[in-house]
Amino acid sequence: MAYVPEHMTADKPPKGAGIVGFLTSRAVVAPIAAVVVFLLLWELIVWANGWPDYLMASPSDLPAAYAQYWELFLIMGWQTLWRTIVGLVLAVIVGVGFGMVMGFSRTMRDALYPLLVGFNAIPKATVVPIVALLFVGAHDFNTILIAFMISFFPIAVSVSIGLSTLEPEYRDILRSLGASQTTIFRKIALPKTLPEFFGALKVSVTLAFIGTNLMEIVSPHGRGLGALFDSGKTNSNYPLMFAVLIALAFLGIVLYYIVVALEKIFAGWAERQPG
Amino acid sequence: MNHLIDISGVRHAYKTESGPLPVLDGLDISVPEGGFCAVVGPSGCGKSTLTKLIAGLMRPDAGSVKLHRTEVTSPRSTVGMAFQNPVLLEWRTILDNVILPLEIVPNKLTRAQREERARSLLSMVGLEGFEEKRPSELSGGMRQRASLCRALVHKPEVLILDEPFGALDAFTREDLWQIMHQVKEREPFTGVLITHDLRESIFLADQVVVLSGRPARTQYVLDVGTSGPRDLDHLYTAEASEMLAILRHQIEIAQGRAEPQASAPARAVQ
Ligand SMILES: Nc1ncnc2c1ncn2[C@@H]1O[C@H](COP(=O)(O)OP(=O)(O)OP(=O)(O)O)[C@@H](O)[C@H]1O
Ligand SMILES: [Mg+2]
Repeated sequence: MAYVPEHMTADKPPKGAGIVGFLTSRAVVAPIAAVVVFLLLWELIVWANGWPDYLMASPSDLPAAYAQYWELFLIMGWQTLWRTIVGLVLAVIVGVGFGMVMGFSRTMRDALYPLLVGFNAIPKATVVPIVALLFVGAHDFNTILIAFMISFFPIAVSVSIGLSTLEPEYRDILRSLGASQTTIFRKIALPKTLPEFFGALKVSVTLAFIGTNLMEIVSPHGRGLGALFDSGKTNSNYPLMFAVLIALAFLGIVLYYIVVALEKIFAGWAERQPG
Repeated sequence: MNHLIDISGVRHAYKTESGPLPVLDGLDISVPEGGFCAVVGPSGCGKSTLTKLIAGLMRPDAGSVKLHRTEVTSPRSTVGMAFQNPVLLEWRTILDNVILPLEIVPNKLTRAQREERARSLLSMVGLEGFEEKRPSELSGGMRQRASLCRALVHKPEVLILDEPFGALDAFTREDLWQIMHQVKEREPFTGVLITHDLRESIFLADQVVVLSGRPARTQYVLDVGTSGPRDLDHLYTAEASEMLAILRHQIEIAQGRAEPQASAPARAVQ
């Protein structure tokens, strides 16, 4: 089956079912069921092995940890979140810039590609102490910098590939009408590259998140969920550490689905309904 | 000479890593206003290069390409193009795809007028009711029709078609041949059609130019003798068979598979 306009797909609840219909639809029930099964299995494994709290926390330990530290979770979760997003926005700006330069100019692509690959290949854990020493005291800046460095590469590559693989006929159609380069970019290159861009952004959003936490954990400065994890570690508070992990996973999911929603809005046309 | 398109003595070479690659060498083509010229020739001989020169996307190394007796130095909005690949924009509806040239070419049309113009073209090629669909929802033949509408929407003087029906099946192709004649009746243009299909060339055009192998020169010009709409049955007349035989022979010469013969065919213009 080819593309089917959204209003025609059967995935949405039937008319009149309203909020109840949505909450009982497959799109909501299935992932929740998966999470419940996951938590049950986890609880079961810990229980069956008889692991004590200081070895491995179980889901039933987590509510207590959240109740005790909820204020810290809110403050530090926010710190992690905004620094990740700022890093990601920087990665988008710089990544799209590099991608455009490499996508339009072969020379620049040949020149910059090895450099970017090499830069990307350096494990960021080794860069963290360098950055921390270089800009000592500028914690927010350091964290954002690592989030940015770890996440801009996929964006640069995808944009450059999207632009350089634009079929020449697309360009010719507009060029033969006397369109300027800017018009060609705006009308064709940009929209055509959007699906690739969002594909890369989904990877980058997770990477940026990893970058933020790397900085927070490796170079502790008392901010972010990474720092909370670290304090759990020093105090051997296993439930707290696991509660942080779950909170991180939750934030990661939220960020990821924000990107998915943006993709639906701006590049929804590229979506093919499975037959 | 009262020709809308006048190409004379054109030479062109591409710069490649292994030195210059001569593609065109001594090309002469003249198409009168309202004429329809088909260009055939061996694969890779430089036909698409020729379309880019007419469209002003490239300048030839030597010789002249003139529209209305003025040298073509840059793209001009009086040209419409369609290719073998319909290159429709997936993120636009069919209607918005057809409107695209009107967003680029200077004009005073309102949005409503643009839509009306696009709709009338779409209904002319039988795409009424598909205006709001996406290109991926259409068949190959329908996409090619939409691409034809896009090439015509800004009322170009010159329509350049580079193997527009090459990827279609025989029946769809014959359908589109007839649609082409209807379109030309209602939307007059001067046409250049690149094709590999000799039957297509004599069915649509009033002049068929055979190019030699690369580097291409004008090897032969056939005057089809009819202009305007014709019947598909026309292809099965003795006259048509004779023309097809001549063209086939010329193509074989262009491919280097036959020797030029002394007996000059009766219909040759040159
Ligand atoms: N931009 C380019 N740079 C270098 N060489 C090119 C370029 N475009 C085309 N050529 C070469 O020039 C020759 C003619 O190309 P062209 O596309 O004009 O041929 P064609 O007659 O349209 O071929 P076909 O029948 O396969 O469509 C080919 O050998 C091709 O490889
Ligand atoms: Mg070609």
